[in-house]
Amino acid sequence: MTDTMIYTNNLTKSFGENLAVDRLSLSIPAGEVFGLLGPNGAGKTTTIRMLAALIAPTGGEARVAGFQIGQQDREVRKAVGILTENPGMYNQLSAERNLSFFAKLYEVADIPGQVERYLRMLGLWDRRHEAVGTFSKGMRQKLAIARALLHEPRVLYLDEPTSGLDPEASRIVRDFIAELRHEGRTIIICTHNLNEADRLCDRVAVFRSELLALDTPTNLRRQIFGRRVVFHLAEVTPALLDAVRAYGFVQQAEVLEDKLVVTLDDPEAQNPLLVTALVGAGAQVRFVGELRRSLEDVYLHLVNPQKEAN
Amino acid sequence: MEKIWEIVRKEWSEVFKNRLVLGSVIVMPLIFTLLPLGILYSMQGSADVEMAEAAADMPEHFQAVCEGLSALACSQYFILLQFLSLFLLMPTIIPVTIASYSIVGEKNTHTLEPVLATPITTLELLMGKALAGVIPALSITWLSYGIFVAGTAILAVDDGIFRAVLSPVWLLSIFGIGALLSVAGVSLSIMISSRVNDPRAAEQLSSLVVIPLIAIFMGQAMGLIQFDLGLVIWTTIGMIVLDTVLLYFAIQLFQRETILTRWK
Ligand SMILES: Nc1ncnc2c1ncn2[C@@H]1O[C@H](COP(=O)(O)OP(=O)(O)OP(=O)(O)O)[C@@H](O)[C@H]1O
Ligand SMILES: [Mg+2]
Repeated sequence: MTDTMIYTNNLTKSFGENLAVDRLSLSIPAGEVFGLLGPNGAGKTTTIRMLAALIAPTGGEARVAGFQIGQQDREVRKAVGILTENPGMYNQLSAERNLSFFAKLYEVADIPGQVERYLRMLGLWDRRHEAVGTFSKGMRQKLAIARALLHEPRVLYLDEPTSGLDPEASRIVRDFIAELRHEGRTIIICTHNLNEADRLCDRVAVFRSELLALDTPTNLRRQIFGRRVVFHLAEVTPALLDAVRAYGFVQQAEVLEDKLVVTLDDPEAQNPLLVTALVGAGAQVRFVGELRRSLEDVYLHLVNPQKEAN
Repeated sequence: MEKIWEIVRKEWSEVFKNRLVLGSVIVMPLIFTLLPLGILYSMQGSADVEMAEAAADMPEHFQAVCEGLSALACSQYFILLQFLSLFLLMPTIIPVTIASYSIVGEKNTHTLEPVLATPITTLELLMGKALAGVIPALSITWLSYGIFVAGTAILAVDDGIFRAVLSPVWLLSIFGIGALLSVAGVSLSIMISSRVNDPRAAEQLSSLVVIPLIAIFMGQAMGLIQFDLGLVIWTTIGMIVLDTVLLYFAIQLFQRETILTRWK
């Protein structure tokens, strides 16, 4: 399968007794933006480091851009770019010098060209001669993203790209990532910002040492919560609730203030029947809508099932 | 090779911005070069007789070192010889200072991980770090030695002294032991830097590598040992063994995974 850019099979990493990543199996096609979600200590950074050939797995196997982790590490490193969790820069040196240094280590052919290209793209060209120590966190983060791209890697890992940034800087970084996807790069994003994952990622994996769920954000919502329809009624009476519950396809029906919330698997087909029934039972239907659960709800449900139940 | 050189250049442009580092790289060589020459200069006026008496007081073994020199020349050479072990402090301390600041600095700024993510080999990175310390150390040591030799030629009472500071004892010490000491200094700094988060602490701990030098200096001053060819050759051999051991451990510590997961 030439189309698979990242493939892992039972990838495992333990630090002594501590199983940081437990039998992770993934297959990520070229061009996908993939989100890795999980609580602190879930093993996201550890996974990224293994996939960037920085630390060795203790079990399983992985292939990145067609190269085997553990055997072709040099090729892997050339093919991937990484924004590390704590992306340091040489504070005494200028932005330009920082990038040209890394470009050299990445064996970039046209160093001045690439450095200029990315400094301009990220709006740092005018400040290229200034020492990075004087930069704001947002500027440093942009510079670090530029550094990860200098060698035009086919695979890009972004470990919490917007953590610690203000909303505007986050937005710039997010828009930039969205642009990158059009260039056909495969991107893995670790994030705690579920909104961001929802907007940017084709698929997300919810993960705590082992894989808890993997799908598109939309499917995850659907799988976990079903689809929920809200009927805004003038008044909700027990009789109306019974009328709705009489239908076998209604998975769940509950009352929330003056709203009737019904869980269905096919609202497009089933809503008209329910509306008719409700009207027949004397309800005034003011408004019908879908209750969209956020990815955050999905995530919390997966990561913390007990808490959810309480 | 190109990458190693790029690392060396980067290290220099960073580390020499630090006044502490720059100071120790400039001040120490100045002192160690000018001090012996100053003493030589001040001795020029001394009367022969006085010196002959002083020479008579010297330990007997020392006269063997002074073979063929006049009494005054011998006493001058005796003093210069005291400075040989101090001359070896330069190639030891300079790389320790540079390596401590550069490695602990990278640890604190979190730049090691992005560097390790590039296709560079850890050996190339280690070489870059090591050469960034060793090259200035040896250039400065050898330059100082050159100035010292030239100064001796001008100031010494006897051509014999000039020949003596160019004898195998000196050449092997300055070029052989000096180079070996600088490698030991860098290796030790790497090991200590992996455990310590303050560059000054790393520098001070790594500076323990000078203890043998101080021991030699003291032993020599007290007449317990003499800086003859035998001692120099044995020291060279000992240093080769020490360097091999230190480099082995430094290379073991300088692996991607070790740096990322075990350096604290
Ligand atoms: N060098 C190490 N030595 C021992 N244990 C480690 C090491 N690095 C990570 N771990 C452990 O591995 C687990 C996963 O850590 P990791 O940093 O990958 O989590 P993460 O998902 O990136 O968390 P965060 O959201 O806080 O960044 C944790 O339990 C952590 O304590
Ligand atoms: Mg992390």
